[in-house]
Amino acid sequence: MQIHKYDTVIVGAGGAGMRAAIEATKRSRTAVLTKLYPTRSHTGAAQGGMAAALANVEEDNWEWHTFDTIKGGDYLVDQDAAEILAKEAIDAVLDLEKMGLPFGRTQDGKIDQRRFGGHSRNHGEAPVRRACYSGDRTGHMILQTLYQNCIKEGVEFFNEFYVLDQLITEVDGVKTSAGVVAYELATGEIHVFQAKAVIYASGGTGKFFKVTSNAHTLTGDGQAACYRRGLPLEDMEFFQFHPTGIWRMGILLTEGARGEGGILRNKDGERFMEKYAPVMKDLASRDVVSRAIYTEIREGRGCGPEGDHVFLDLTHLPPEQLDAKLPDITEFARTYLGIEPYTDPIPIQPTAHYAMGGIPTNVEGEVLADNTTVVPGLYAAGEVACVSVHGANRLGTNSLLDINVFGRRAGIAAAEYSAKSDYVELPENPAELVQEQVERLRNSTGNERVADIRKELQETMDANVMVFRTEQTIKSAVEKIGELRARYKNVSIQDKGKRFNTDLLEAIELGNLLDLAEVMAVSALARKESRGGHYREDYPNRDDVNFMRHTMAYREVGDDGSDSVRLDYKPVVTTRYQPMERKY
Amino acid sequence: MATPVLDKAEAGATASPYITVTFRIRRFNPELSEDAVWEDFRIEIDPKERVLDGLHKIKWDLDGSLTFRRSCAHGICGSDAMRINGKNRLACKTLIKDINPEKPITVEPIKGLTVLKDLVVDMEPFFQAYRDVMPFLITSGNEPTRERLQSPEDRERFDDTTKCILCAACTSSCPVFWNDGQYFGPAAIVNAHRFIFDSRDEAGEQRLEILNDRDGVWRCRTTFNCTDACPRGIEVTKAIQEVKRALITRRF
Repeated sequence: MQIHKYDTVIVGAGGAGMRAAIEATKRSRTAVLTKLYPTRSHTGAAQGGMAAALANVEEDNWEWHTFDTIKGGDYLVDQDAAEILAKEAIDAVLDLEKMGLPFGRTQDGKIDQRRFGGHSRNHGEAPVRRACYSGDRTGHMILQTLYQNCIKEGVEFFNEFYVLDQLITEVDGVKTSAGVVAYELATGEIHVFQAKAVIYASGGTGKFFKVTSNAHTLTGDGQAACYRRGLPLEDMEFFQFHPTGIWRMGILLTEGARGEGGILRNKDGERFMEKYAPVMKDLASRDVVSRAIYTEIREGRGCGPEGDHVFLDLTHLPPEQLDAKLPDITEFARTYLGIEPYTDPIPIQPTAHYAMGGIPTNVEGEVLADNTTVVPGLYAAGEVACVSVHGANRLGTNSLLDINVFGRRAGIAAAEYSAKSDYVELPENPAELVQEQVERLRNSTGNERVADIRKELQETMDANVMVFRTEQTIKSAVEKIGELRARYKNVSIQDKGKRFNTDLLEAIELGNLLDLAEVMAVSALARKESRGGHYREDYPNRDDVNFMRHTMAYREVGDDGSDSVRLDYKPVVTTRYQPMERKY
Repeated sequence: MATPVLDKAEAGATASPYITVTFRIRRFNPELSEDAVWEDFRIEIDPKERVLDGLHKIKWDLDGSLTFRRSCAHGICGSDAMRINGKNRLACKTLIKDINPEKPITVEPIKGLTVLKDLVVDMEPFFQAYRDVMPFLITSGNEPTRERLQSPEDRERFDDTTKCILCAACTSSCPVFWNDGQYFGPAAIVNAHRFIFDSRDEAGEQRLEILNDRDGVWRCRTTFNCTDACPRGIEVTKAIQEVKRALITRRF
């Protein structure tokens, strides 16, 4: 075991982590611990754009953007945070441009902007061009640009270091972050990083679903590490299903395709979104479009022999426009489906895409131990966090924005905290939990296999807690997850070695997914209303009287060592917008 | 415009016939043996699936110790470059049907970088070459309050080389790189090109001098392996030629 000391440790090197690292490295001795090489992070898979009311191509302002974000989130958004997001968006985009990001340009050389779902002029009048983009590779460009600037700033990376535990020490009765414990994939060695400040920026949890746009590596590692140490997780029942994943594979096809004029059609060729969202049509918010797709499918208007998908039709768009604005997604259709998007529509279905919930933070990125108490020295930003700027449903292009605005804020806040704080004493035997976990898995002779349990988990999540949910389906998921968690205790791996043991890694990741799936399902069961991405067929309406509040889920450990999820609630911050009925 | 015909795509959606294929994989684990060996695995797979799906079937059902890097599984993250049937490709972008499943599919680590275990290589020399070309925008003077202006034509000038995902398929397909690990390699040159030809950047001369080194662009023998290998379709050899030309003319 090795012990390292840094002022600031950042967990994860996607957009949020690297944006934080650029700020933190300027101000403090910083280490970035990342399970993957930084450029492998899933920020790179984001396609369509990053919202900011630059008003480069038509009238726009940050107040409209704030409103759209709050409405898009079905009023579960903390409005003070949404206002910060929309206001700071403009500088966030300009900062990236100055760092070198190759944005698409207007004829007069400014950053070009395109339409995107849920973004509107003057509180819903019509779609507005607010998304700054670079073809359909905006996330790739952000990830590359941030990595390039990390090199420029001399950011210190620990590549393929997998953080498995959050260390917490009580100081005068206050839970305080002391550092993290990481597993070095190349050697199997365990490293303790003592740090004054820790920032989680480790991404989402999408891999507990089967059809998902998420990378194999998105297994909720940061959320799980904090949750196991008694910290709450907020709004985990809210998960976004992106309307246009490649049928059966889940690979993302950007909403920018509809922003460029693409149309969703059912088996009769009908542009069905006109029925569900007369004004915004195909550019309604993602939860609305995903429900519309499944409604079409359920009512027998789906396409294909099994009627289990609909079409994204780009055939009316000029090939030059597809080549210039949507080069990657048209190539995905050719590579994975053998379909030519110039002439044929692309079969799509909703795909599990984004966790609105996560580790609760305030607008400085400080992690909360309950509804109000900050955990000194602990920060989170990006998909792992819940500020909450996305509420019950995130608008497209607001995640690339979130990682830049709140990544920057967390990086500054953490480094400033490090500068004025002393190291907190490490707990006794800081690596104990991780050593036990690793040894148990490596030595286990149990008869359960990781791949089997993961497959069953993904199948139950797809079947029971996807776009449509009922008490019955969620209960059956809770039950199944409980069974799988019990079986996980008997899981064993074949690779017993120390070097690059990805067999072990996958087993640990599965444990995280199981814990988080349980939190999600239990949170969903208790929310007896429909709001944003959480749709209960047995409670089809939004219920502001009883559920205009954030869910806070805590891990409770019983006397016998068994654990369960305890739910509490936190008020939503409302500033200028009173909840209204949501129509697109 | 008329409603598009929707039947075409449906034709391909009928029940998928699984076939049996053999994966012949180069295995190496220094914890067990100093020698690398070939190992065969027979699996059932839909020809429309990816080589990565085949590797997962092997890892998840047959041998958990099989080790490779992967993440996004659709050609964006650059984790899973490997040598498949003797050619550098991304395992997640190569469909079984496109590589003749009649014969064993050989899978090896990319060449020219030290193999650490099975298909995992040491990427550090590759990233060091990338860092050496100063892959970040360098400007002088005061920062503008708004964005720097750039015409669509100037933006287009370096568009091709912005697509690089640093997978190393190009560099590790280059015979010069195999024989001389000191050579910067195509990927680093591509990323220098991305800044040299960016109208906003002011350090083109410095980058050109770095690449004018004895281990720089002049080592390129224009074999086009890199262009063939690039999973992003970047015209790598062309980019290298443009850098060579800029070195001669000092115009870029």
